[in-house]
Amino acid sequence: MAIEVKIPTILRTYTAGAKAVDGSGETLSALIDDLDASHPGIKGRLITDDGGLHRFVNVYVNDEDVRFTGSLDTALKDGDAVTILPAVAGG
Amino acid sequence: MTRYDSLTDATGDTPLVGLPRLSPRWEGTNPVRLWAKLEDRNPTGSIKDRAALAMVRAAEADGRLTPGCTILEPTSGNTGISLAMVAKLHGYGLVCVMPENTSIERRQLLEMFGARIISSPAAGGSNQAVATAKQLAEQYPDWVMLYQYGNPANARAHYEGTGPEILHDLPTITHFVAGLGTTGTLMGAGRYLREKVPDVSIVAAEPRYGELVYGLRNIDEGFVPELYDDSVLTSRFSVTSYDALRRTRDLIEHEGIFAGISTGAILHAALSIADRVAARDERADVAFVVCDGGWKYLSTGAYAGSLQQAAEQLEGQLWA
Repeated sequence: MAIEVKIPTILRTYTAGAKAVDGSGETLSALIDDLDASHPGIKGRLITDDGGLHRFVNVYVNDEDVRFTGSLDTALKDGDAVTILPAVAGG
Repeated sequence: MTRYDSLTDATGDTPLVGLPRLSPRWEGTNPVRLWAKLEDRNPTGSIKDRAALAMVRAAEADGRLTPGCTILEPTSGNTGISLAMVAKLHGYGLVCVMPENTSIERRQLLEMFGARIISSPAAGGSNQAVATAKQLAEQYPDWVMLYQYGNPANARAHYEGTGPEILHDLPTITHFVAGLGTTGTLMGAGRYLREKVPDVSIVAAEPRYGELVYGLRNIDEGFVPELYDDSVLTSRFSVTSYDALRRTRDLIEHEGIFAGISTGAILHAALSIADRVAARDERADVAFVVCDGGWKYLSTGAYAGSLQQAAEQLEGQLWA
């Protein structure tokens, strides 16, 4: 099971500069654990101490914000594309 | 009634137009129909006229704005242009803090309206404009920052205007789709529609920019507008420049609507939702916002060459 995860510039220090890495997991939570195993420390930048997604981090599965699809429990399947982005202003 | 005493009085009451060619099913027992709210029909050509006018009126009512005052606002363009028009008619000065990677048309329009532009760095996008404006507000305490990201009058303009107008024209509404920038449109119109139609879906489309815009130094420099309340939303989509451009062109080609790029992003989200409903063989009436026309984006290359070329041109620009 391979899921492509797009990494924002700000977190590429954890992926040796890679813009995208492969990971696996049946839920977003499992995927982040898997990512942290290959790229130690990245989980701590995405998840807060109380176990939720960092306020200024947005994660999208196939372009849909996971906060509206079950957050860290969002189910993943082979071929899904996960995008991580910092929150920025519009307007 | 199409006669008004002044330009600002002509804000709102925009048309809601069906898209029979782009809708998954326009007719039949379970139609899935798309409806475009043409906000480019506002006085300066964008939905931001509603928020700008409401914020100025609120600040006048509570005494913060008095004749001769200078207004300060961080903006990537449309809010600035709307404020510049209102400021001119109401006798205020305007200072806009705008990221340097915004289209030349926006700058020219602002200058023509007499606004002063202070540029903020391209890296970090509007986050930097907000930060710069907050610094300026401390430096110049007599300037009045209306602050669209946290000003309740922004959302209220849509609670009292956009939302009721849409429900009046489309009582069978099932979905409302709009862009997520300051979040004012979605929070205001979304709350109104949810109150009146409890099972309505409120869908956000946010632009996914090139990397430059996300070039923050650390995650804690991120920004979520104070107006934002995610309990109002049902779902939220991140739309790439490519998909936004593709839909912008679809709108012209199939429905004759020449819209700005953020509208393409909104239509993309609207179609994603509409296609899901159509696949379940249910009915839907999806209203979405056309934020502005395409005129201010011609210089970005959005409408020239292949989609791929246009998307590359947009890399690094703030297009919403």
